[in-house]
Amino acid sequence: MGTLWNNYRYTILRRFVQIGLLVLYFGANAWGWTILMGNLSSSIFLNIIPMSDPYAALQMFAAGAVLTVDLLIGVGVITLLYLLIGGRAFCSWVCPINMVTDSANYLRKKLELDRVQGVKQPASRNIRYWVLALSLVISFIMGVTAFEFISPISMAHRGIVFGLGFGWAAMLIIFLFDLFVLKNGWCGHICPLGGFYSILGKFSLIRVHHIEENCTLCMKCKDVCPEKQVLHMIGKESLPILSGECTNCARCIEVCDDDALKFSIKSLAQNKKTGE
Amino acid sequence: MSENRPKIKKNKKQPISDRRRFILNMARGLGLAAMSGFVWSAYIDEATASQLLLRPPGALKEEDFLKTCIKCGLCVEACPYDTLLLAKPGDHKPLGTPYFVPRDVPCYMCPDIPCVPVCPTGALNEESVTTNGELDINIADMGLAVIDDESCIAFWGIQCDACYRACPLFGTAITIEYEKNSRTGKHAFMKPIVHADTCTGCGLCERACVTEKPAIFVLPRENATGKAGDYYIKGWDKNDEKRLENAKEIKTKTELSKKSAMDSLNDGLGDLY
Repeated sequence: MGTLWNNYRYTILRRFVQIGLLVLYFGANAWGWTILMGNLSSSIFLNIIPMSDPYAALQMFAAGAVLTVDLLIGVGVITLLYLLIGGRAFCSWVCPINMVTDSANYLRKKLELDRVQGVKQPASRNIRYWVLALSLVISFIMGVTAFEFISPISMAHRGIVFGLGFGWAAMLIIFLFDLFVLKNGWCGHICPLGGFYSILGKFSLIRVHHIEENCTLCMKCKDVCPEKQVLHMIGKESLPILSGECTNCARCIEVCDDDALKFSIKSLAQNKKTGE
Repeated sequence: MSENRPKIKKNKKQPISDRRRFILNMARGLGLAAMSGFVWSAYIDEATASQLLLRPPGALKEEDFLKTCIKCGLCVEACPYDTLLLAKPGDHKPLGTPYFVPRDVPCYMCPDIPCVPVCPTGALNEESVTTNGELDINIADMGLAVIDDESCIAFWGIQCDACYRACPLFGTAITIEYEKNSRTGKHAFMKPIVHADTCTGCGLCERACVTEKPAIFVLPRENATGKAGDYYIKGWDKNDEKRLENAKEIKTKTELSKKSAMDSLNDGLGDLY
């Protein structure tokens, strides 16, 4: 039991946060709770603090909408939050689609699909930045928030809070895509919201740090990481994981038996480095 | 053919230069982006096409509303009557935007309009439902009630004033017009009339209507009204005459027939008989 907790402590915490947020949002609509009202696009925390999705606001801006002060404050709150805890912390700690893609990944591993398809990934992880740029161009030309009309994230989240409709189909599509077409396909390659938070995450404070002296090169971390390219320093150099594409999911930390990976604050680590 | 073969082989062996690789990769990226961009835009164009939707009070014009609504559902949560819904996949409405179906649950026109001030983006515009610094639901414009006088039983001569009684702007937005029923000779028609200048489109009338499918129903104002244009002016109304100041002149040209008038008399006999 101890090892189970040890190997999944962050995963359990993440599920707790993800589901907890869903319950709070659901309760606001179903039973009139006032802790967290709205949904991931825009919400109010404790009836005072506004929070808004900065990527949605960016699309609104591109579409030519007038941005209100309330919205900009909400955008500021969310931007600061993710600058603190890691841009793509949204992806692995908040986004409901994470549970869909994680389960697709789990099943993929169980079925050993990589042995059928080979480990070489046929698609670039930069697609998300193209989709991000494209969404802003389309928002500008069509005068609507382009990604918000197709976003499976909002569809799933809105669905759980306000009624699903055919939203389950969007989730199933992503599950099947990640399972049979492309490993880490949606979250790791296509999702423009992930792309947006990757860019934001370049500047964020809390990072996973690698301690090379402790590393035994077992490569368990690379095995579980959904964004392997960010772990390029493993076994080579003691560095923080500086790529914004790291989701701070902490899977690498919990599978590491050698204390070679841990969370720390970026600037402190850099000071230490310059001090050496 | 045989002459060409060695040429092809030679090309294959040559390594692709970095510049060529870069240009080709960029072209590939741009091409894929253009392709998916068209598919994406086409879907958005269809998905946001006019849907005869009724929006919450204070909503911006549909075009601006689609730009500005962030689809957070705070208006839906604020509505105490569960009137407002968020469009789900499968509803065939612009995804995630709020709307209401008055036959199911109409807008009960709360005086404090809780759905409007919570809107974080101003897609529900407080100013449009404010008079003299106070919220005023009576000036909301969610739509306009329309009566189908073929299916309205009051127009048949059966006494019914359900819509008139249900209207929250009682005696203002819907009035009853009395008219002699010449079929019986001794009864009156009591016909409901909607007044477009005061109707807010709340839909309480549609909810109250007794017919199987409502004979009075709310449409977005844009769809429920016509427009006389600048050519027709109420000459007896000084205010209406002012519209002429902004009237646009359009010159049209009709080609004159080059045939002589005499021919039309002689040739056109077939049309007469």
